[in-house]
Amino acid sequence: MDETTVLIVWVILLPFVGAMVAFILGPRKAPIVTIITSYCIISVVAALTWQVWKYGPQRHDVGGWVAPLGIALYADGLTVLMLIMSIVVGTLVSVYALGYFTDSSISSETGKANHRSKSSFFWVLWLFLWAALNALFLSQDIFNIYITLELLTLAAVALITLEGESEAITAAIRYLLTSLVGAALFLFGVAILYANFGTLELEGLGELVQTGSLSVVAIALITMGLLLKTALFPMHFWLPPAHSNALTPVSSLLSALVIKGSFYVLLRLWFQVFPLEVTMVAGHLIGCLAAAAILWGSLAAMCQKRLKILVAYSTVAQVGYLFLLFPLAAKETHGLGAWNGAIYQTISHACAKAAMFMVVGNIIRAIGHDRIKDMKGVCQQLPVSMFAFALAGLTIMGMPPSGGFAAKWMLITTSIQSGQWWWAVILLAGGLLAAGYIFSVLKYAFIKTEIVNVPLRPVPRCMEWAPLILSLLALLIGFTPMPLDLLRIGNPFPDAVTMEVVK
Amino acid sequence: MNLESYFPLLVLLTSLLTGISIFFLDEKRSALRILLNISGSAAMFAFVIFMLWGVFHGHNYETRWSLLPGINIALRADSMAILFATLSAFLWLITSIYAIGYLEITPHRNRFFGFFSLSVSATMGIALANNLFTFFIFYEILTLTTYPLVVHQGTEKALRAGRIYIMYTFCGGAVLLIGIVWLYTLTGPFDFVEGGALRRFGEERRVALVVIFFLMILGVGVKSALVPLHGWLPTAMIAPAPVSALLHAVAVVKAGAFGIVRIVYDVYGIRFAEELNVLGPLAVLASVTIIYGSCRALYQVNLKRLLAFSTISQVSYIALGVAIVGPLATTGGLVHLIHQGIMKITLFFCAGNLSKTLHIHDINQMNGVAWRMPLTMTAFTITSLGMIGVPPLAGFVTKWYLGIGAVQANQQWVIAVLAVSSLLNAIYFLPIIYVSWFKKYEENQPEEHISGKLETRWTLLLPPLITAFLSLAAGLLAASNLSPLGWAKLIVRREYLP
Amino acid sequence: METMSLKIFYSLTSIALFGIGMYALFAYAHLLRKILAVNIMFTGISLFLVATAQRSSDSNLDPIPLALVITGIVVLVSATAFAIMMVCKLCEKTGMTQLPDEDR
Repeated sequence: MDETTVLIVWVILLPFVGAMVAFILGPRKAPIVTIITSYCIISVVAALTWQVWKYGPQRHDVGGWVAPLGIALYADGLTVLMLIMSIVVGTLVSVYALGYFTDSSISSETGKANHRSKSSFFWVLWLFLWAALNALFLSQDIFNIYITLELLTLAAVALITLEGESEAITAAIRYLLTSLVGAALFLFGVAILYANFGTLELEGLGELVQTGSLSVVAIALITMGLLLKTALFPMHFWLPPAHSNALTPVSSLLSALVIKGSFYVLLRLWFQVFPLEVTMVAGHLIGCLAAAAILWGSLAAMCQKRLKILVAYSTVAQVGYLFLLFPLAAKETHGLGAWNGAIYQTISHACAKAAMFMVVGNIIRAIGHDRIKDMKGVCQQLPVSMFAFALAGLTIMGMPPSGGFAAKWMLITTSIQSGQWWWAVILLAGGLLAAGYIFSVLKYAFIKTEIVNVPLRPVPRCMEWAPLILSLLALLIGFTPMPLDLLRIGNPFPDAVTMEVVK
Repeated sequence: MNLESYFPLLVLLTSLLTGISIFFLDEKRSALRILLNISGSAAMFAFVIFMLWGVFHGHNYETRWSLLPGINIALRADSMAILFATLSAFLWLITSIYAIGYLEITPHRNRFFGFFSLSVSATMGIALANNLFTFFIFYEILTLTTYPLVVHQGTEKALRAGRIYIMYTFCGGAVLLIGIVWLYTLTGPFDFVEGGALRRFGEERRVALVVIFFLMILGVGVKSALVPLHGWLPTAMIAPAPVSALLHAVAVVKAGAFGIVRIVYDVYGIRFAEELNVLGPLAVLASVTIIYGSCRALYQVNLKRLLAFSTISQVSYIALGVAIVGPLATTGGLVHLIHQGIMKITLFFCAGNLSKTLHIHDINQMNGVAWRMPLTMTAFTITSLGMIGVPPLAGFVTKWYLGIGAVQANQQWVIAVLAVSSLLNAIYFLPIIYVSWFKKYEENQPEEHISGKLETRWTLLLPPLITAFLSLAAGLLAASNLSPLGWAKLIVRREYLP
Repeated sequence: METMSLKIFYSLTSIALFGIGMYALFAYAHLLRKILAVNIMFTGISLFLVATAQRSSDSNLDPIPLALVITGIVVLVSATAFAIMMVCKLCEKTGMTQLPDEDR
């Protein structure tokens, strides 16, 4: 067993241990435990990043057991980026939650107790979710991926139910059932693959899997299952209620990280395991769904009367951008551009959408509702939040300068390079529609009102600044090619032609 | 890396930091805000003048950093960039003074001045951009930062204008983006080159290059208000006068016009564009816009809307000058970038003074108003005569060069366009001048809002006087090397050199 | 030969179970039935996995599918318990045992 790769295990273990400690120590200590755990995870991931940067992809066989019996963990540039993404979003959501769960305005004793139990469960479940997410990113074993997906779902559903009202529980049940169906489809696909090829390890599968009727069925089942969990149109029906009825920090986590988990699995499987002949045809099918998601999600967002559902529908649309990768990367020579673009989109959307949900949370905290029509005069009194919303909106619209723009630029470039200009048109149309719903909210920041001072409940400072920092990060990603350098480590397009620079 | 390579970035940061620090001020601290604003704009003006001097002596100021592999943000002060940058920096200084007076005791001044500085940054970015990618980035930032200024008043009407503005410009941006990406996929990323960067691609991919040309012209055409795409400009006049003045007479529409200049000269190159036969349609489009804008201006009652349509018409002189091949016409087009800027901003300042001081918005309220506000109306008269093209004012220089340029390029029909346009200009400007000087002033009619020793606040009075004086000087001293004409000639020498 | 046909038999049975579960999930509104339906789906998959354990008639059993099935059952049991808990909560709050129609 290699000593240096043991780090990988700690990335998963730390949040698990943290969750249990937080549970044992109870509601008062839970936030502190979470913060200490985050510090530890940050340092471990930093070390891991350095290793990957320096020595290339890292691999660790848990307990020294090698495949097929053992479980392999694997980290390359993409993994590390995803880990960093969940750290950034996760820590800032934690900071936000610190303010969110210290509500001084609740007066009754039962209300306080209720609030405290919510808070304590939030921290524990969030650490569990983090562990599941990290395990998912690091898994190199298809059955282990199934387990982590399930853990992720269970933690996410439990987080949604924290809200406690019947709408949230309904949404959570719907999400759980959908997710279980997705898991069943995925597991069936895994079973078929194992029955045929006798291995669960991704790299081994990649070498063995050949085009055949059985593997096509397996691939179709697995893909369907993951699409259900990622909420690609028309399988998005569970997402808006689930994401809009949860508590604000939970909504941020769900939209920013949880759906990215299943998307990440899809990325790994499609580009490292499945044979090209199958993915090429199916890629275009997924592309059509993605286009429908972009257009339908944006239009639905425009029609919403409540801000939180608007933001949730915006997620449906943004998921579409991610899936444009599949038709674009079908032509191997242009894969790298699309790959980079989709991952840029994943990261910048994570930051921006988390920020947006936080802002919605601030507005709800301040005025007690999120009806868009009745927001006059509020925005002028929450300038920091509104500014964060506007900046996050830039990324969502794909306007320069932002990570969303960099992603869009790469995707459009690839689509024109590979002669599939219609995806570029869809991307731009999606951007314009996004501008439609973002500005329909932003205009309230400028509307003149007779009432100069609407009575507001105070919003803690950390709740105002966490979204601002996140949206600034979403912006800054557009200014540096750093993530691309990381992504190059272990990417599935080793021989891809990079754009030559004409001086 | 030496200090010179940071200069373009420094210019951008001056207004950017000014804007950001204004956001963080307390709304009530107006003295500090004024200080920040004036010192920021003065500093920027000083930087730009320094670069002007440097570029004149052959220095090279270039900032560049990599955004994506092969895709750079490049800011470079070449002679063309400096032309636009000087105009914007100078007019920012002037307009800041004006805006301080205009917006005294109104709410949300932090927001206004903050976004005002940010839009100046964006304009500077457009001026200094040295490749299409950078140009596009700042072009979109300009849209985003001017939106809050358009909807500043927060009324239903202002929000509607904002919505229309956003719709037009975002669609334009999307089309421009497609054009740029397509071009990049054909050629790879490239920088602007004086004389044209695409010449070496020659004959191959002719059709694609023509389509891309029109996509990009369509994209920038929205901001420069070429005729079917001009709809946003008159509605956006709802914004406060300083915004109309700087942004909708100068920054935004000029950004579009400057984009056309860049695409024709530094991307395609005038010779290559001529070979592709794309300049003819552009010239026709520009001429149609010139005539159409003037015709619509005839029917306007509201002074600011009249000026808006006049802007639509006048900005297309630049496109027209660009579309006619030949150094003289190019000179005419480029110099109009400056001339139209200082003249139109004067007119908007005057319109703003009238509405702020006497609450006059419409032309039929202007009887004898010149005797109540003689200095304002003198400035108005001088510059509107300049717009008509009366020698020796700035507008005359433009029209003269465009005219002889057209003759040189053997396109006599352009002279007819110029003549008709001048006639129409005279028809809608002269009656205003007539009624304001020669009709009797009705004391009791408009209610006075600002009274004092001067006809209005000095901050409102000084800017139009300065710009009016400059538009006179630009015409009188046109032969000097330092005049806008002299600088335009320098650019033309560099563009036609190879 | 016999193992082969047995294998096909198991596979078909498992697909049938999966299908029955899937049908029931969509056909019945009562949430408890839906949860049971999901359980039947997973049972189908477990059967399929168990059937693959014997690669050929003479060799020993492959232990991995059994490990997978056991793990799968653990996951399923916890998910089921959790789902039932939520249904109870919903029933407590609203008195309903089924999901309201999506009319949003």
